[in-house]
Amino acid sequence: MTTAVRAKGAPRTGVDWFLLVMRVGLIAFIVIGLLGFVAQQIDPTNAWATWRHGDEGAARLSWAQFQGLVVTGLSQGAMYGLIALGYSMVYGVLGFINFAHGEVFMIAAFTGFIMSTKFDQAGWWDSGAFIPAMLFTIVVATIVATIVAVVMERVAYRPLRGSPRLIPLITSIGVSFFLQNAVILLFGPGAKGYAPFPDWLDKDRINIWQIGESDTGVPEYLLSVENKKLLVIVVAAISMAGLWYFVERTKTGKAMRAVAEDKEIASLMGIDVDRTIVTTFAVGGAMAGIAGILWGILFKSVIATTGFLPGIKAFTAAVVGGVGNLGGAMAGGVSLGGAEALAPLMVLDPWGIEGPSQLRDAVVFTLLILVLLVKPTGLFGERLSSEDRA
Amino acid sequence: MSIWGAVTKTLGGAKVKKLFMILGMFLSFTLVAAACGSTIEDAADTATDAASDAADAAEEVVEDAMEDDEEDAMEDDAMEEDDAMEEDAMEDDAMAEHLGDGSLGTVVVEAGAEVQIRSLNAISGDVAFLGVPNQRGVEQAVVDYGPIKGFNVTSGQGLDDLCSADGGQAAAQQIVADEQIVGVIGTSCSGAATAAAPLISAAGMVMISGSNTSPALTSDQQGNAGPDYHVGYYRTAHNDLFQGAAMAEFVFTSLGLTTAAAIHDGDPYTEGLANAFANAFEELGGTVTTVTGVAKEDTDMVPVLTEIAAGSPEALFFPIFQPAGDFVADQAPSVPGLENTTLLAADGLLNDGFMGLAQSEGMHFSGPDTRFGTNTNESTGVSAEEFLATYEANNGEAPAAPFWGHSYDAAAMLLDAIDAASWVDGDGNLNIDRQGVRDHLNGIQGYSGLIGTINCDDFGDCGSQKITVILHNDSGDIPGSLENVVFEYAPQ
Repeated sequence: MTTAVRAKGAPRTGVDWFLLVMRVGLIAFIVIGLLGFVAQQIDPTNAWATWRHGDEGAARLSWAQFQGLVVTGLSQGAMYGLIALGYSMVYGVLGFINFAHGEVFMIAAFTGFIMSTKFDQAGWWDSGAFIPAMLFTIVVATIVATIVAVVMERVAYRPLRGSPRLIPLITSIGVSFFLQNAVILLFGPGAKGYAPFPDWLDKDRINIWQIGESDTGVPEYLLSVENKKLLVIVVAAISMAGLWYFVERTKTGKAMRAVAEDKEIASLMGIDVDRTIVTTFAVGGAMAGIAGILWGILFKSVIATTGFLPGIKAFTAAVVGGVGNLGGAMAGGVSLGGAEALAPLMVLDPWGIEGPSQLRDAVVFTLLILVLLVKPTGLFGERLSSEDRA
Repeated sequence: MSIWGAVTKTLGGAKVKKLFMILGMFLSFTLVAAACGSTIEDAADTATDAASDAADAAEEVVEDAMEDDEEDAMEDDAMEEDDAMEEDAMEDDAMAEHLGDGSLGTVVVEAGAEVQIRSLNAISGDVAFLGVPNQRGVEQAVVDYGPIKGFNVTSGQGLDDLCSADGGQAAAQQIVADEQIVGVIGTSCSGAATAAAPLISAAGMVMISGSNTSPALTSDQQGNAGPDYHVGYYRTAHNDLFQGAAMAEFVFTSLGLTTAAAIHDGDPYTEGLANAFANAFEELGGTVTTVTGVAKEDTDMVPVLTEIAAGSPEALFFPIFQPAGDFVADQAPSVPGLENTTLLAADGLLNDGFMGLAQSEGMHFSGPDTRFGTNTNESTGVSAEEFLATYEANNGEAPAAPFWGHSYDAAAMLLDAIDAASWVDGDGNLNIDRQGVRDHLNGIQGYSGLIGTINCDDFGDCGSQKITVILHNDSGDIPGSLENVVFEYAPQ
């Protein structure tokens, strides 16, 4: 509501002008970048490309490469979305940002690492028993993440219920440090690698409809997705759909929405507020748990600080989608992941920026700024309780 | 009412959001600044052809060798004088015979106290595999060397450079605050050295690194000091101009590939090496399609690999560290256009952690020539084989990274320098002339160390500069891969 700050007819102040310039400037930068990308796809040595890249012009992406970017962005974004749900739900119900949520995700990824190495030692991992072992790993990691989230609520946040909201926010930062260092103490500071996944999951791809061959004789397909990324996207989609059903169609979900709307009136209606809040944490934790395992499948390694950056980006995704809005959190996650994968090559590279992939994090936060500038309530609008709206 | 509520009410919700937004802007600008601020141009400037300086270097060696003889003679005199002094208490003569003019002051070690040097290496975090063997090498050298003029030497508690500029700076501040310290063996990482070297240099101390390789820290090998060179900085590790040239020559001549790309992570070591490789490769007649960067924390490398795939290089050189290196090696074959690209890495990934991963199989690694065999350090009389036997006996494992010998030699050279620049005064105190320590190191020529023959040039490059490229075929047999040398490079 940046624009609404200024009453109708009131003169524009310096800040308003500055924000307008920022808005127009950012959008122009992106649009020109995208146009430049389209132009260099058509002709790599067009005037713009030779101006920005020198006489040799820009590099052209093949269809397969472009697809690879989209798929990687989607799979990454699906994970951000899953984590963002936890931020968004807790914010909706309790009105504070649980910064320790990223650590729940990291602990799930660690659980997956422990399970996978144990199964590997037992000889289950690379045999026919892989699928049950993997399913069991997912279930255990999800349960561990749920327990961590619930214990966190019980130990760190419930005693602070009713205190100013800045207090649990700072507590959550403390919890985050505690969990990170506890993991370092238990497992050491180094990166831990998962036991190798079978090739059909890790290396193979699903190819649909061959459309030609590359210069080096590699076949090109209309659609070609790595199995693991497809799995990540599918599992994330199912989890999100399940969560949506849970919140919108079940009694507990209705209670959650009621508590988010107004705790006092909800308790007058006979809803057990404490229990509902625990449920919220548990469900958020489970989503982070699934995301943690998906992370393990994609990257096959985990480190004590794994939760930090994805956590911050998921929080950004929640804000981009509209805080408290579950659909928004999912959409925010996917659009953030997509932007992170595509923008370096589709916006920054056409501008001739060197090493655009180093700026991925900047892309994410610039997107946040852009969304707040243009639509301050997030893409899909905030859902805040009555007291927050006051 | 809660504080948050109060803030929101007084300012209006939108203002709070503006606050967030400005915070966000600040954050992203910081990120951009961090990404762009690194010394891209500097590295590019210094990263010039390494091979062509062979002639210059040869001339210098001849000249310096002559100086060297004089110096040796001087040292001998000094030592004789020391002996004489104890009997005759001829202080004035002894003072006249030590190295140095006192211009940087002296360190006085009281009778019974210990001579203080320090080890500053990456002993925690992802790069501990590199720093821990370095530190152990220093400690072992101190033990093997024994006392200097009857004074025991200690390397104290090993300090941590955290493999970062912040860590290097913090540790260097701690070091320069202690005036008893004569010199430092470290850092492990070039990034830490760029921050530590100016402080150590200004304090009149010396710093000898066993594993810094960034060209920016010494010189471009054409007689121009690097942007981060500071007097009093030395290293026994190679200059990456040689490693880059070695890798380029290997790719171009041995593998016969004509297009290549390189990835760095913004760290001075990785950036210097990636650029040195690119320049040397173009110099040989090859085409460099892309030199680009990743962020150290990145896990999803598909975007950067796609950027590289757009130029369809036949070889991809990524002289970075773990964990980013794990992800590049794992994800590269799945990116369209890089299916058959040859993957190459450097000494940053030449360690058990990375080479134990399945995705590292089939890769080539450049690194210092570690076939030390029976090379013997002339100051301690210990050979590389003896060192390794002691190392394994003390630590229960073999060194995880190849720079232990460089650190050992660095420590022995420093102790030699202290010996040459010191004298015992009438009160039985050991006086060490700081300028003298530098003078001794500047004059080192033909020194026999574990790593081979050591010659120091005018900008602190003392390494043997021998580089090998290995082919790694089996993640289960790392020692076998280390022996599997497919290419050798020596600058002369």
